[in-house]
Amino acid sequence: MNSWVLTCLWLIPAAPFAASLIILSLSKARRKSAVALAIIGEVLALALSILAFMPTLQATGFRAVQNFNWFTFGEHTLRLGFLLDPLAAAMLVMIALVGLCIFVFSVGYMADDKNFTRFFAYLSFFSGAMLGLVIANSLLLLFIFWELVGLASYLLIGFWIEKPSAAAAAKKAFITTRIGDMGFFLGMLWLYDCSGTLLFYDSGNGCLESAGLAMLGASATFIALLIFCGAVGKSGQFPLHVWLPDAMEGPTPVSALIHAATMVAAGVFLVARVYPLFSVDAINGVTPSLTVVVWIGVTTALMAALIAIAQEDIKRILAYSTVSQLGLMMVSLGVGGVAAGIMHLLAHGFFKALLFLGAGSVIHGCHGEQDIRKMGGLRRLMPVTFMTYAIGMLALSGVPFSFSGGWTKEEILHATAQWPKSQAPYYLLLAGVVLTALYMTRQMIYVFFGNGRSASERAHESPRVMTMPLIVLALCTIFFSVVLTSAWPWLHGYLTGEPVHIEITRLVQPMLFVSLALVSAGVVIGVWMYRKAGVQDRDRPAEIDPLEYAQPGVFEFLANKMWIDDLYDHTVIAFSWMAARLSDWMDRYFWDGLVRGFGGVGQLFGILTASVDERGINAGVDETTAGARGLGRLMSGAHSGQIQTYLGAVAIGMLALLLLYAWLA
Amino acid sequence: MTPTLQVFLIISATLFSIGLLAVLSRRHAIFILIGIEIMLAAANLNFIAFWRFGPQPQPPTGVMIALFSIAIAAAEAAVGLAMVIAVYRHYHTTNVDQLDQLRG
Repeated sequence: MNSWVLTCLWLIPAAPFAASLIILSLSKARRKSAVALAIIGEVLALALSILAFMPTLQATGFRAVQNFNWFTFGEHTLRLGFLLDPLAAAMLVMIALVGLCIFVFSVGYMADDKNFTRFFAYLSFFSGAMLGLVIANSLLLLFIFWELVGLASYLLIGFWIEKPSAAAAAKKAFITTRIGDMGFFLGMLWLYDCSGTLLFYDSGNGCLESAGLAMLGASATFIALLIFCGAVGKSGQFPLHVWLPDAMEGPTPVSALIHAATMVAAGVFLVARVYPLFSVDAINGVTPSLTVVVWIGVTTALMAALIAIAQEDIKRILAYSTVSQLGLMMVSLGVGGVAAGIMHLLAHGFFKALLFLGAGSVIHGCHGEQDIRKMGGLRRLMPVTFMTYAIGMLALSGVPFSFSGGWTKEEILHATAQWPKSQAPYYLLLAGVVLTALYMTRQMIYVFFGNGRSASERAHESPRVMTMPLIVLALCTIFFSVVLTSAWPWLHGYLTGEPVHIEITRLVQPMLFVSLALVSAGVVIGVWMYRKAGVQDRDRPAEIDPLEYAQPGVFEFLANKMWIDDLYDHTVIAFSWMAARLSDWMDRYFWDGLVRGFGGVGQLFGILTASVDERGINAGVDETTAGARGLGRLMSGAHSGQIQTYLGAVAIGMLALLLLYAWLA
Repeated sequence: MTPTLQVFLIISATLFSIGLLAVLSRRHAIFILIGIEIMLAAANLNFIAFWRFGPQPQPPTGVMIALFSIAIAAAEAAVGLAMVIAVYRHYHTTNVDQLDQLRG
């Protein structure tokens, strides 16, 4: 059943790609056709994804591989392929479904934009590339799609290209991720050098299968770390996380689709996909490369959560929260909980898209205002947005039992607690849970509670085309908790291929109560700290954050993003500037001088030959021609055209001959 | 004075010189033609004279050639005059000084 989908996996990314190409060839005014095409493409992709998802349910450890030759050079053949396994299938459905919601939402959000059709072309393009990424069965094919989503991200961050900040953010995102991709590329070359193939699974000969892994030997660690560099760049991990908050310059649906739900998760997906590379020669589930992954993840998760507390822009808070959650997923992968990490990725895809679309709805309702200090009291004005946002917030904070994020977060904590190497990541993640609840509570209070402030005066609920996707995503978030519950670890079993047992007792593990307590603590602290945030107070103006009031130094440190951007400005960027200046100077004075010198010699030689030509050869030829011309002029004088002159000459000649004859005779 | 060969030859040479002078000095094309006729007449006179004072009796070869020459001269005059008319129609002049298209 459905076997034809398995042989035509390429159709899934092809549908949105085709839609994108057709939209690009339409004129700007064809808004309705553009929307229809984009949505048809995405619905097709979703339908095919679900069809492809079905067969993976039937057998545990399902894997369908479809390889083909790309081209042959010499004796080598470069092979690419598509792969469908539970990981890819789950990602496909999540991406297509979230994508579809965001497409619909964009119809409302971008309604007034003059480049409406271009926006949908880019969105479709992104969707195609992302779907292609998850079904790639070759590191090279994955890299190609990886770069395509990077391009789509660049185009969409800089969508409002007339805004200088958007253009700068697009550039920053592209260049920062490029640094990581450099490592990825080197890792890929190294891998090809060692194993001779980039196919993941190739009936025993792939680079992720035991024969291929055995060929790597000691270099596996370095290859894994280089590939991890790509994941660090794409998933906004420390120290390459700086581009992700700036990427919020793009339209909000883009932030939801690319910079929250799907593309940034590609790094996590990549690590999960090449996980066998990371776990070569694992001792008790620990390898040097996985340890690096854990510590990078912990640093990112905690740091981003701290920074999120002191941000004012509604989207930036969510961006830092995304960075933090991606860090959490990385930790999960690093400690060995691959299934937990991917489950959190899927759940996060839904609820973070929900939060971003909610933020988009708020921004739309407040006429483009993004500063949470200027909002407030939107609870009554935007009820649907408020309800769905609250669901997203609870899921993100990790409230268990009925919200998807709670179960997955609990699984990650569980996996981290069992890491044999150190307990520190576990406790740091617990602190991260409190911080997450704290900054989300702060945001909720500022945006939805208290009195209305300047931006919320004319606020209104968004049109149905925008609220419907919110409701769908909110329902998905709640529904997901059923699939994810630890009493029935169906998704866990589906991803790992382990048998699934239903055990109600797992519902009441101590870990659940620990995380519930921590979330409650975070919420309570948040409510207590920000209880007056929305209310005008005689002693403390509303513009000043309570934390700033209490601890100005700490607040400044966090509000300035721990000065990491400034550090880069003064080191890497300053160095680049210096190098650029030096190269410029070298170009201008050294190389240019050299070139000019050579040019001068050539010029001198030219002048010399020119003078020889002019004075010697040319003059000689001139003289000869002048002589010939003079002679011709002389001779032409004899030819007067007068018949009588000729006859006279003849007569004189005759006479002369006569006289000569007479004289000789 | 008895008519001798020398007398005829002198007259003939004089006639030829007059004809040549006319051809070389006159500017009108018709006078040049007349000069040519005079030179032809001088040549005819020579033929007749050499025949008359040659050894006798003999066939009348000199007279025959003179008669031929006169016929050819008539034809030549016709062609020459036709050319003069053609030249006049083309250039609106018969002055040979102005007919210098062959000048180098």
